[in-house]
Amino acid sequence: MAMNRESNTYTILYAVVMVVVVALGLALTHQLLKDRQVENENIDKMQQILRSLNVNVTANEALDRYGQLIQNAYLIDEQGVKVAETEGTAPQDPAFSTELGDPAAKGMPVYEALVDGSLKYVIPMSGAGLWGGIWGYMAIEADGSTIYGAEFDHSGETPGLGAEIADVAFKRQFQGKHLFRDGEFRSVAVVKPGRTDAHRDYVDGISGGTITSQGVDRMLRESVGEYRDFLMKLNTANQ
Amino acid sequence: MALLSSKTKAALLGPLNKNNPVIVQVLGICSALAVTSKLEPAIVMAISVTLVVAFANVIISLLRNTIPNRIRIIVQLVVVATLVTIVSEVLKAFAYDVNKQLSVFVGLIVTNCILMGRLEAFALGNGPWPSFLDGIGNGLGYGWILIVVGFFRELLGSGTLMGHQVIPQAFYDAGYQDNGLMMLAPMAILLVACIIWVHRTVNKELQEETN
Repeated sequence: MAMNRESNTYTILYAVVMVVVVALGLALTHQLLKDRQVENENIDKMQQILRSLNVNVTANEALDRYGQLIQNAYLIDEQGVKVAETEGTAPQDPAFSTELGDPAAKGMPVYEALVDGSLKYVIPMSGAGLWGGIWGYMAIEADGSTIYGAEFDHSGETPGLGAEIADVAFKRQFQGKHLFRDGEFRSVAVVKPGRTDAHRDYVDGISGGTITSQGVDRMLRESVGEYRDFLMKLNTANQ
Repeated sequence: MALLSSKTKAALLGPLNKNNPVIVQVLGICSALAVTSKLEPAIVMAISVTLVVAFANVIISLLRNTIPNRIRIIVQLVVVATLVTIVSEVLKAFAYDVNKQLSVFVGLIVTNCILMGRLEAFALGNGPWPSFLDGIGNGLGYGWILIVVGFFRELLGSGTLMGHQVIPQAFYDAGYQDNGLMMLAPMAILLVACIIWVHRTVNKELQEETN
């Protein structure tokens, strides 16, 4: 066959070979690295849960610290009742592997942590920022209302603006805030810096990251709101 | 033969100054605005683009005699996208934290016009070694602008560098305030314009003829 570089046959063959080679190469890379990637993702999730408990550890220590602090984990239904046979803290157990918003999920995950002898409840959150998803974990005291710590992360908010929600200074503001007021779930508001909110506890949003701040505000209302009944039960039981 | 002939030296060093991709050719502005509100992402982006453009240049240069002319842009794009994806997969497995910072920029690297510009203008007509140096040179030429802009935006916009507070608290107590405008993209383009201004004042031959 003549090697005319401008012929249609050559062009089409070239494109086909290129696409197949690239596809095989990428698929192979992904398969080879998949186990390590999943392991990293699990450790990253443990680090996030630990950060919501104000424990900041490196990836190497995460597994041990997670094992020490997290006593129990399970799924709850919308009425806040524990779903049977969902207990377990390991990565393959339902509480750890269930993603929020998954329509096939049997419930919503709750982690119980014991920090310095007192019980905290850690719940996941998920919502939308400006460019993509935002998520986080919130550690709540045994009264179901007082926030012990919060952790936020995002897939692609603007560095320096919306991405600042993952900054310690932003997260620390949530400590000690209350989700309940007058026996009613009010969540915590994220307001423009300098503004206030008379109806609920509030924290300052990010300057220049308005949409992301509103996303966090909505996530706190709606995603945490899903746990309303569960938190209410804790609140009435431990008043 | 010397390791660096005058031609390869020009390929490496030219883009740092008189043939700079950002301030002379005005390419890659979009990503230069997006990632420079803090110094750290600017540095990460500079390194990533340098590596990707260097290796994409080498691959295209090696393939240059086989690529059908009509689909050369597609071939270039596939090479760049593949490289970026492989780098991202490897980082995800071995340096998860770095990947988390980089993931935002992966898409931006693929669409960076400096890459396509270098592949099209240089790698298609030159051997692998000069192409590699050309890639490194252009990556660094792009990178130093990013780092300068990132330095000033973070310093004046947040009072920090690499996340560490550098403007002392006493300044704030005396009434100093961070410039919020620095955090927004328009300020980045004004800073780039200032660099171009200074650069052209120094290098008069770059100035366009008036009238």
